[in-house]
Amino acid sequence: MVAPAALRVVRCGGGALHGARAVFSVGARQAGRFLLCASGDFVKMYSVATEELVRLLRGHGDLVTGVQLAPHNHLQLYSSSLDGTIKLWDFTDGILIKTFTVGHQLLALYALPASEDSVFVIIPKRDTYQLVSVKLTKAAGQDMEAKELSVVLEGVDASPKCTAFGREVYSPLGDWLLSLLFKFSLRATNKKGGNNVFTCVACHPHEDCIATGHADGKIRLWRNFNHKKEYTFSTLHWHHDKVLDLAFSVEGTSLLSGGVESVLVQWHSGSDCKKDFLPRLGSAIEYVSISSDGTFYCTSHTDNRITIINSNLRFSKTIQGLIKARDIKTGLVVDPRTKALVLNGEPGHLQFYCLQSDKQLYSLDIVQQEYIHQAGLNQSDLARVAFSAQGKWLATVEEREETDLELQLKLWFFDEETQSFRLNTRISMPHEDHVTAMCFRDMDEMEDDSLMLVTTGRDCVFKVWVILEDTDPEGNWSCDFVGSYHGYQATNCCFSEDGSLLAVSFEETVTVWDSSTWDLKCTFCHPPGKIRTICFGRLTCSKYLIGATDHGFLCCWNLLSCALEWSAHLNVVVLQPDPLSEYIAAFSWLFKESSLFVFKPNEPRPICIQRKFCKERIQFAAFVPRDVPETIGSEKYLWLRRSQLFFLTDTQELMTVSTKSLEERLTLSSKQLAVEESLPVTPFSLLLGKHRQQQSQEDVDLGKILLHTPAHVLPSASFLCPIFINSLLVSKENKSVEEAPAEVEMESEGAEDDSDEENTVTEMKQEDIMPTESLGETTHKLSKSEEKELRKIRKTDYSWISVF
Amino acid sequence: MGEFEVHRVRFFGLVPAGVRCMAYQHRGCRLALARTDGAVEVYNFAANYFMEKAIPGHQARSVEALCWAAGERLFGAGLSGDITEYDLERLRPARTVDGFGGPIWSMAANNDGTRLAIGCEDGSVKLFQVVPGGVQFEKNLDRQKGRVLCLSWHPSGTHLAAGSINFIRVLDVRSGNELPQRGSKKRECVVWSIAFLSSGTVISSDSFGRVQFWDWERGTLQDSHTVSTSAVLSLAVSEEEDSIVVGTSAGATYQFQLLPVKAGGQEKRWVRTKPFQHHTHDVRAVVHTPTALISGGLDAQLVIRPLMEKVQKKGYDAVLRKFTFPHRRLVSCARKARLLLFQFSQHLELWRLGSTNKTGTPHSAPPHLQGPEHIYCSCVSPCGSWIAYSTASRFHLYRVQHEGDSISVKKVPGVPKLLLPAYQLQCASDSGRLFVASDRGSVHVVQLLEPGGCKHLHTICVWCCSGTREAVYLLASSADGNWLAAVSGDWEVHIYSLKHFKHHCTVPTYSCAVTALAIHPATNNLFISYSDQQLFEFSIPEKQYTAWSRMVQNSGLHKLWLERDSPITHIAFNPKNTSQILLHDVYMLCVLDKSLPLPDNNTLLVNQSTLKQLSEPARRRQLHAFKICKKFQPLLFADLLDERCLVTVERPAVDISAELPPPVQQKKFGT
Repeated sequence: MVAPAALRVVRCGGGALHGARAVFSVGARQAGRFLLCASGDFVKMYSVATEELVRLLRGHGDLVTGVQLAPHNHLQLYSSSLDGTIKLWDFTDGILIKTFTVGHQLLALYALPASEDSVFVIIPKRDTYQLVSVKLTKAAGQDMEAKELSVVLEGVDASPKCTAFGREVYSPLGDWLLSLLFKFSLRATNKKGGNNVFTCVACHPHEDCIATGHADGKIRLWRNFNHKKEYTFSTLHWHHDKVLDLAFSVEGTSLLSGGVESVLVQWHSGSDCKKDFLPRLGSAIEYVSISSDGTFYCTSHTDNRITIINSNLRFSKTIQGLIKARDIKTGLVVDPRTKALVLNGEPGHLQFYCLQSDKQLYSLDIVQQEYIHQAGLNQSDLARVAFSAQGKWLATVEEREETDLELQLKLWFFDEETQSFRLNTRISMPHEDHVTAMCFRDMDEMEDDSLMLVTTGRDCVFKVWVILEDTDPEGNWSCDFVGSYHGYQATNCCFSEDGSLLAVSFEETVTVWDSSTWDLKCTFCHPPGKIRTICFGRLTCSKYLIGATDHGFLCCWNLLSCALEWSAHLNVVVLQPDPLSEYIAAFSWLFKESSLFVFKPNEPRPICIQRKFCKERIQFAAFVPRDVPETIGSEKYLWLRRSQLFFLTDTQELMTVSTKSLEERLTLSSKQLAVEESLPVTPFSLLLGKHRQQQSQEDVDLGKILLHTPAHVLPSASFLCPIFINSLLVSKENKSVEEAPAEVEMESEGAEDDSDEENTVTEMKQEDIMPTESLGETTHKLSKSEEKELRKIRKTDYSWISVF
Repeated sequence: MGEFEVHRVRFFGLVPAGVRCMAYQHRGCRLALARTDGAVEVYNFAANYFMEKAIPGHQARSVEALCWAAGERLFGAGLSGDITEYDLERLRPARTVDGFGGPIWSMAANNDGTRLAIGCEDGSVKLFQVVPGGVQFEKNLDRQKGRVLCLSWHPSGTHLAAGSINFIRVLDVRSGNELPQRGSKKRECVVWSIAFLSSGTVISSDSFGRVQFWDWERGTLQDSHTVSTSAVLSLAVSEEEDSIVVGTSAGATYQFQLLPVKAGGQEKRWVRTKPFQHHTHDVRAVVHTPTALISGGLDAQLVIRPLMEKVQKKGYDAVLRKFTFPHRRLVSCARKARLLLFQFSQHLELWRLGSTNKTGTPHSAPPHLQGPEHIYCSCVSPCGSWIAYSTASRFHLYRVQHEGDSISVKKVPGVPKLLLPAYQLQCASDSGRLFVASDRGSVHVVQLLEPGGCKHLHTICVWCCSGTREAVYLLASSADGNWLAAVSGDWEVHIYSLKHFKHHCTVPTYSCAVTALAIHPATNNLFISYSDQQLFEFSIPEKQYTAWSRMVQNSGLHKLWLERDSPITHIAFNPKNTSQILLHDVYMLCVLDKSLPLPDNNTLLVNQSTLKQLSEPARRRQLHAFKICKKFQPLLFADLLDERCLVTVERPAVDISAELPPPVQQKKFGT
């Protein structure tokens, strides 16, 4: 596989799951049910039964803003995006059927059963927004222009929640409803004192009834609105703050509402007295949606979570993406044990986020205090996190700023039995002021007794904490040494790779300490400018200390000569060394654009420069070790071989860099087989399944290909039969591919000669699957036969496949 | 306006009685209201919701139900077991008929007002026929166990729905038979109120907080709405039967509307729409007029909430109104002696004013009242040495002796037998005469004799000259003792010459009720305020409206002035400045300066605070005749003791609510 020359920035999971209302697919059984939701640039399809991500529909070039099932074919899906296109998908197979280019930013999408060939979208028009209906032409072809726009209503709100369609669509009611809404919204803001601004609207599915949510927490049910003056409304009031979304049940007998209280309220028959609650949903409810048969509700939360709820208001499943904390203070930390990304999650919690499966592994309650939703209330939050080298110890610092600062340092021990962290030591007020940095002495082979933790604080000291083992078998942590330097604030700390040296930066100066005697060895500085970050070089470069100052200099000091080795003029925001190699990544922020520089400390010339690759400021970065080193062709990107670089932008978008081209990524579909797994079991498939187990992994799954290739593109049965039989035979060669590659080569070549055409088909399939495997955990080295086949594919002309 | 020394009196401990029941007469636009102390009031909606008539209560006479029947006859029934017809001309109970069924809990009149049905303690429903001169027992309907708490006629008059504890019954009026009944025995469910619609739907409200809609023929429940966690006490249906209003014991009222489910569809459903929370206590009575929802609660408030969609134009009718205090003067002031007389329902209090900067004021012993009757009216003479009051059957006159700080009250013997009751008492400014307003438009003049006696001088009879049968309810006498103005219930203002004891003239009839009147001490001009907030000045010697009054009528009063809620209840004059007139209603105090120009609709009516910020010449330009002060609220009485001294009597709402029993406990968010 030859890597393309360009390095691309890719959103890697963790996208907001609450970009638009999620939709349930229609299916008879729960197993065949999917939940489709917009997530970043993708549409994600989750299985309702297992909450697994089944499919990722990629293709949009910008945020997906609306997802709607096609009203007349429930196996198809419309999605709209800010890139100005509406795409029609066959979501069960993950096929993009059509793309309609509208040419405006699309902010919301509504598909209605009454209007067969048009959908409604909200597009911006100068400062305001308008609701337009788009005629979708039925002509053949994949890419189409949809330029037939007719304006339905001017001056609507941009939020998709502020528009809803009632039972008689596009008849006077449709207009009426909307104009009513906006007529009132103008009036509402004029009222004295009352904060009854509209926040969302929903329409009764069968009756002339509109429910509106208001900023003061009230829900109003409007009726009789088709009379000029005699409209009437009733009020439902439970929420104490903004009503964020409303949804009527399928029959319209109950109304669901959600808000910042993170309680789903079900109102029965429009009565204020009869209501049910599903409390403790974790965070504010952004969207509420209901499956078309009413058996499931789903709520999208602001913390990037989707909760699936049974119709009897029983909590069913939860799909948790990367929680976007309000303020990430911990930075990106990698858990050495699980290789999960660790950062602030829910308030007071630490989330462990698995990058491979784009899923939260678990959430560790650090603060262990009830979080109270109230504006202006200062509550304890997690500020710093550090893991020891093996992930055995976890240190956390939480702070609460009221009139005076409350700090707590907690040390957690990983309990192998319960497989979770247990609180070991709690130290209140470890420093007099904010803790600025924290690190463990980072040695894999070291014994436990040499384990130490260093914290630096704004109170101008750094403290060294060690375990005292006299009281507890596990030991307790206590302070061992307090160091300071000329009364400057300590800002950063870092251990050298072998743990013998500790570098602590005090404003403009970097001090280097011997970690066994706590003697100050030497100091470095690069005036003017305070030290922003420091780090030691690794492996062959362990004699170097790298520091970045806030005056835009990146310096590299040689610890042996105690002199400046080189310096570069670069406004570095984040400096991140790769734990597995010598490479160090530096992100700079210049002219409102971020650039990435990768360098080795012993060479002043960067290995890789990626200028202006991101419009947003990079907040944090982390190298996550790969399970299997990636094959990277280009010398320039060798640094990506063992670790992957992730970074978090200002808007809390988690990104990574990838060398693969867009097309390659598009063909990925991570769990293609999940759909097939839900297919009914037949004797034939049982028979095939048995053989499949016997076959080694790299063998071509011929039977499957035969069954899944459309019949009209297959060669004649007589042609296929010998190949099929061959594939069912238990061949000795197949078992020992590794030992006898030459034989396999021969074998496969023979097969190729037999049926050239057939093999192209199989190889096509293989290519589809292969990148998945290389990304996933079960990656293996390409066998020779596969490489051979690949080479062949490149030669073959398969333009004939394009007919399907 | 000038500066006044103000006696700010807050020790008038009046607690108005709660509203028990109401009845609305659609044709005459009148609302009859009974309070828990047995008092009955009639509000005239055509005359800007003015309290036109008030019949004081009686200790033994509680009113549980009121209804209008046979045109304009008002009947009440109560726990004494009697049906009472009220004489609205002479303002007293006219006839009573015993129901012979124990205490009466409910009463309803059929649509044409010919029959009354009463629900009694013993579980019987009795029918009475309304005949001229009273009611006549007609028949007993089937008796059941349990008191009948509410009754409602089918609009056709053939059936009657009765609600009692755990039961709703539908009775056939002709046969007296009982139709299917329903009930639950689990917990005691009190059906507080019931309504029978012409469609055959029976609406009931009960102590579980439900409003239920029943099909009476099949005996099935059609719809049930839980409105509140506490009881739903009252229910009223609009005339078109497309809207109902219910009142709960938590002080909230709710509207239900019969709305089409789909636009243009036939199917209709009752939907709870608007909630209102105007009361703090039980809403015991509600009324649904074509344009408003009216509710009365145990917190003594009468709330008129207009239905905006039914009101055609913005104006007086489109504003929410709350009445807590009667539109009557309950305070009289002895200006020279600096005494205040407070009238309660069953006793009087006499207070002496101290100096303005002192907080407390000593008060004298109140004259005690014997008997169960409530006081109609009271008065203290300007010199402070006479107190008079009247109940339904007695007239009392007391002589007050001041001995330093102590006071002794002595009853005056030999009070002349007068035509009773007296509706208004007024002392002449020299304290020599007492004018007693009586029914049929007559006024008795009683001479007060030193050292403690009285003599009936003369009876001036309006009836003789105008033929009115209504009682006189307001009096005004001139300072020089020559003139007396009297207003009878038909709103005519008669002026008598006291020199000759004869009718002098009649003020031209105006189509609204008179709320207050006074005769100017210097010019003998009669100043009249009407319930539509108009002001008139009538020159008695010239028998015509003054030039100022004509000017006011030509230019019209300010819009905001005309849209005020409460009527002016007292008029006083500045003795030193003849052009200044002091007016007040519950929410404001106004000094009207006739020498200044009238404000037009574009100028600010309440401009005292803005005037303060202006420079002297600018202020002169901005000045207009109405100088309004809203500092004292709610204001029950204001009077000028002399040109520099003002007395105001306030009754803050918090003081009233402190004396009421605690309301239904409701959880409030955030507490």
